[in-house]
Amino acid sequence: MANWKLEDWQNYKKLILPDIPDLHKIEVYERHGGYEQIRKILDNPTEWTPKRVQEEVAKANIRGRGGAGFNAGLKWSFMPPKKPGVPRYLACNGDESEPGTYKDRRIFEYNPHLFIEGVLIACYAMEIDAAYVYIRGEYADWIDMMQRALDEAYAKGYIGKNIMGKGFNMEIYVHKGAGAYICGEETSLMESLEGKRAYPRSKPPFPAQYGLWGKPTTINNIDTLANVTLVMRMGADAYKAIGAPDHPGPILYGLQGHVKRPGLYEYPSGMLITDLIYKVGGGIRDGKKLKAVVPGGVSVPVLRADMIEGITMNTASLATVGTYMGTAGILVMDETVDMVKWLHRVTRFYHHESCGQCTPCREGTGWLEKLVGKFVEGIATERDYNLLLDLCDNMEGRTVCALADAAAWPVRNTIIRFKDEFYARIQKTTVLV
Amino acid sequence: MAEHKVEYPKKQADSNVYEFTADELALIEKHVSKYPTRQSAVMPALWIAQEKWGWLPQGAIQLVADTLGLSFAHVYGVATFYTMYLKENRAKYLLEICTCFTCGICGGQELYDYAKEYLKVDANGVSPDKMFYLREAECLGACDTAPVLQFHNRTIVHKVNKDKLEQIIENARKGELPKYEAVLLYDQTIID
Repeated sequence: MANWKLEDWQNYKKLILPDIPDLHKIEVYERHGGYEQIRKILDNPTEWTPKRVQEEVAKANIRGRGGAGFNAGLKWSFMPPKKPGVPRYLACNGDESEPGTYKDRRIFEYNPHLFIEGVLIACYAMEIDAAYVYIRGEYADWIDMMQRALDEAYAKGYIGKNIMGKGFNMEIYVHKGAGAYICGEETSLMESLEGKRAYPRSKPPFPAQYGLWGKPTTINNIDTLANVTLVMRMGADAYKAIGAPDHPGPILYGLQGHVKRPGLYEYPSGMLITDLIYKVGGGIRDGKKLKAVVPGGVSVPVLRADMIEGITMNTASLATVGTYMGTAGILVMDETVDMVKWLHRVTRFYHHESCGQCTPCREGTGWLEKLVGKFVEGIATERDYNLLLDLCDNMEGRTVCALADAAAWPVRNTIIRFKDEFYARIQKTTVLV
Repeated sequence: MAEHKVEYPKKQADSNVYEFTADELALIEKHVSKYPTRQSAVMPALWIAQEKWGWLPQGAIQLVADTLGLSFAHVYGVATFYTMYLKENRAKYLLEICTCFTCGICGGQELYDYAKEYLKVDANGVSPDKMFYLREAECLGACDTAPVLQFHNRTIVHKVNKDKLEQIIENARKGELPKYEAVLLYDQTIID
């Protein structure tokens, strides 16, 4: 919006994780306007038809918080018209395995009912009967918290049969994952829910046509669904006025690495990266110099310290330096970090987490690890550098899901942007044949 | 994740009898009722089996398959796909130290190396007293409190240092397991 200014963040009042003690308890949430939105909708079904709710959410332009950044309301509109007798499902993606991301965990802990209300609104808007909350197995304690919150909501009659006496039925179930990064990919999450090995499916058919158990399905991130409640509470126009126009709304910035105050901070989108590091995070530890910043989880291209000046956390601004918003988990690295070793660990992560379905990814991630490993050991040649770039070309866009792309991007960009460091590791001696 | 070594299911010679109690069967049926197909309950059922036996012996996998009306191959396939299902009985407790993205540069790697030395683990990552199975974890989703470790598929311990690690290990040897600790959204004090 035109009236949005960069300095506004200092007066920002938190919406997703406000400073209210015990907000995870349903009585406290109700005292602070909780479940009022779904009540408003169910009380006036002629005013708030499912179509109207969808339009309101689409108008607010909530960009999916899972990394892809697709308009959530638009995604909802892909669901085919309701046919009697055909169940429809909502899958809530709380797999959150992207390294550098921990926003959903905090929502489960501090404000689970905001998310549950968002699920109810989404299910009303798409006429869905059941929602599955897929949470990664590592979050065992937070799965219990989510289950407690759901039990409270069931006991109060917000979920289940005939919600608030208005004839709206739906169920929410929690599903515990077991440690697979790939389950964060939407089709593989569905395979996992169906009790199979979580191999991603080819698209089309898209989940809206052929999703969970072959029925129409929508998949949204936990954070996205929490934002849905905010849109209904504030109205689409007020929501759109928060932060940068191309990626509006509050963002949970995960600030981590070598900053003085790491943590999860809620601010509007479009904040200067330098503000986040120096004003919010308190600057770099031990008076060291900044070396690199990864703005949105492991899969997005890394930025050199000299590239972040004047760059804000929104899609358009980050695109000018060739990176993405991702999940807004910001990793700050100081001058002590060895980029070669760091990249080697990142490639090992992808090698470990590749599901093994498509050859370019299964083999390619292994070769990325081996080739970067040669740089770590100091036995690489210039040919290996070019081979890495070539390998990235042969991985991107050649697999069923985007994991191969996500593995290739950080490698390509790190070796280009920190070329000096990689060239310094190239073997000096030449072999004469 | 995909375990990259090829490992074909061989039926192990095992004289133990694997059976669920009536309560456990009722719990599995409760999970089955959440989904339209019985197959979907395979992950919860494997969790229940793992909690009961501490790991997943092949007899338990067969039992889950029989309970849900699936083939052994399918359930074994699911169990080997996910890292958190333990297909081998290596040690009493699983200790996973994150060395990934953030933890790796915030001291996780050094901590892992130190833990290897402190526990005197063998090539399989098992301590001599068969109490701990140590392995590197991929991101555990607590990067703000790096480095972190996860104790036996359950508790995440934040801001681990060498002293804290030793304490966790010694307490576990005495039977005191780490408990959930709440951490703030961000630190009020400045680390310098």
